[in-house]
Amino acid sequence: MSLTRADIEKIAQLARLDLTEAEIPVYVDSLSRIMDFVGELERAGTAGTSPMAHPLPGLAQRLRADVVSETDQRERYQRNAPQVEAGLYLVPKVIE
Amino acid sequence: MTAPSLPAATVAGLAKGLNAGEFSSVELTEACLGRIAASQPGLNAFITVTAEAALAEAGAADTRRREGRAGPLTGVPIAHKDIFCTQDVLTTCGSRMLSNFVSPYDATVVAKLREAGTVALGKLNMDEFAMGSSNETSFFGPVRNPWDTTRVPGGSSGGSAAAVAARIAPAATATDTGGSIRQPAALCGVTGIKPTYGRVSRYGMIAFASSLDQAGLITVSAEDAALMLGAMAGFDPRDSTSVDSPVPDYAATLEQPLAGLTIGLVKEFFDKGLDRQCEQRIRDALAVYEKLGARLVEVSCPNLPLSVPTYYVVAPAECSSNLARFDGVRFGHRCESPRNLTDLYNRSRGEGFGAEVKRRIMTGTYVLSAGYYDAYYLKAQRVRQLISRDFAEAFGQVDLLLGPTSPTAAFAIGAKTEDPITMYLNDIYTIGANLAGLPAMSLPCGFADGLPVGLQLIGPHFSEARMLNAAHRYQMETDWHLRVPAAFG
Repeated sequence: MSLTRADIEKIAQLARLDLTEAEIPVYVDSLSRIMDFVGELERAGTAGTSPMAHPLPGLAQRLRADVVSETDQRERYQRNAPQVEAGLYLVPKVIE
Repeated sequence: MTAPSLPAATVAGLAKGLNAGEFSSVELTEACLGRIAASQPGLNAFITVTAEAALAEAGAADTRRREGRAGPLTGVPIAHKDIFCTQDVLTTCGSRMLSNFVSPYDATVVAKLREAGTVALGKLNMDEFAMGSSNETSFFGPVRNPWDTTRVPGGSSGGSAAAVAARIAPAATATDTGGSIRQPAALCGVTGIKPTYGRVSRYGMIAFASSLDQAGLITVSAEDAALMLGAMAGFDPRDSTSVDSPVPDYAATLEQPLAGLTIGLVKEFFDKGLDRQCEQRIRDALAVYEKLGARLVEVSCPNLPLSVPTYYVVAPAECSSNLARFDGVRFGHRCESPRNLTDLYNRSRGEGFGAEVKRRIMTGTYVLSAGYYDAYYLKAQRVRQLISRDFAEAFGQVDLLLGPTSPTAAFAIGAKTEDPITMYLNDIYTIGANLAGLPAMSLPCGFADGLPVGLQLIGPHFSEARMLNAAHRYQMETDWHLRVPAAFG
């Protein structure tokens, strides 16, 4: 399966990844090869087989009671933030 | 007191020496830190060394021992793969994206091993976000194989495997999504265990593919793995996939005789692509198991050859979703002077992620996108079911499966970086266990042209005790696991 430059640009945009001009042909080539490779799955007979999302059969995701379990540690967590002010994360203006 | 000889050290041996007062944890930790510093230019196994904190922890461990409050692992130095969050310590996941991230909290694995008294030496190099089989995708440069520094150590836990192989850390935590513990363990001649999915908490372990990721470890011996796993495993309410079942005393059953054990040889593992010398080493190991009383049976897992393509749909899909959190807003890399919010996202991610991570995010985005979801993602999940059933059927006939860990011994740095598929095929024997959530190990079983070869054991869910027992009995008969690379002897 051959992906085009337009396909890669669209995927990169969906994935919110800025690619350089030099990267685009590299991903056109390698993603095409990967899609060829995984295309092998088409040949597997899976009629009547359910999709498997969890590796341990019969186990369901646990839920916990909806109660407060964490204390407020905003300042500590925001130490890793690129830009904060008055406890808020700063980003470029979204609405003009 | 004299510092122990680290090249001859195991966790079990060091724990004994500490308890007998032959050396202190401070002396032992200083010896490790000295070896780490000396090896770093050649191996690049560490991203961060926490010397000061390690010596403080070692001092505290010595105090606890003097006061009679020491546990079996008190004062034993270990190191953590840099995928585990460590409070107030840089936690990079091998990526530029997190090259400035100082974790505000500890992963459960880190906290549990600290509670057990171990001393943390620092953070180990790895493939970026654990995506790679050679440790060449790390933002912090490749790790080199202690047996031959022109070769890769395997990946993604390349730093963990190299550090234990070079005896600069007695044991290391590691993670395995498609073989990232077992393949580097094989290529570096050390012991690695990937426990059952859900056996060890993933809280604070930076996520790659959540239905496959599992924490484990790399050690010199199966006995060491048993001691360490006992301290790491167990239910964690903070990990919604953690399984609530009691942790057996893995060390207690290590020496059980293997008479009556049935070992399955998966036909598909020996079909093609396996290096002849590696195959011979596996056959040699089978002879040891027969001598120990095990019965060998050939079994077939006909869908197993589809495990690599299945994985390269499922893992990238989950990765594209997990890595969406890196947006340049709350933590991690942010680009300079973003023009607007979209530009901030796109450039922060484009600059922060390396080539292989971007490749996997895009592959995942594509297979999940409208029009392709059924053909790729759902199809792969159905094939995953078939592979899982093949294993379940095999375990109806046998106790454990045995085969190679990797198709070849360690390859040259740069040899497989051009074609991603060639690199992905390194994990052809290991991925099946992740897809089915099964525990699996790699053990050193000899050499091919001077490079270590690993054999793989795969067991049914929660059969770690039996697997460690089978591994330990083999290591009582052989000394491959005790061989040390000449430069580090």
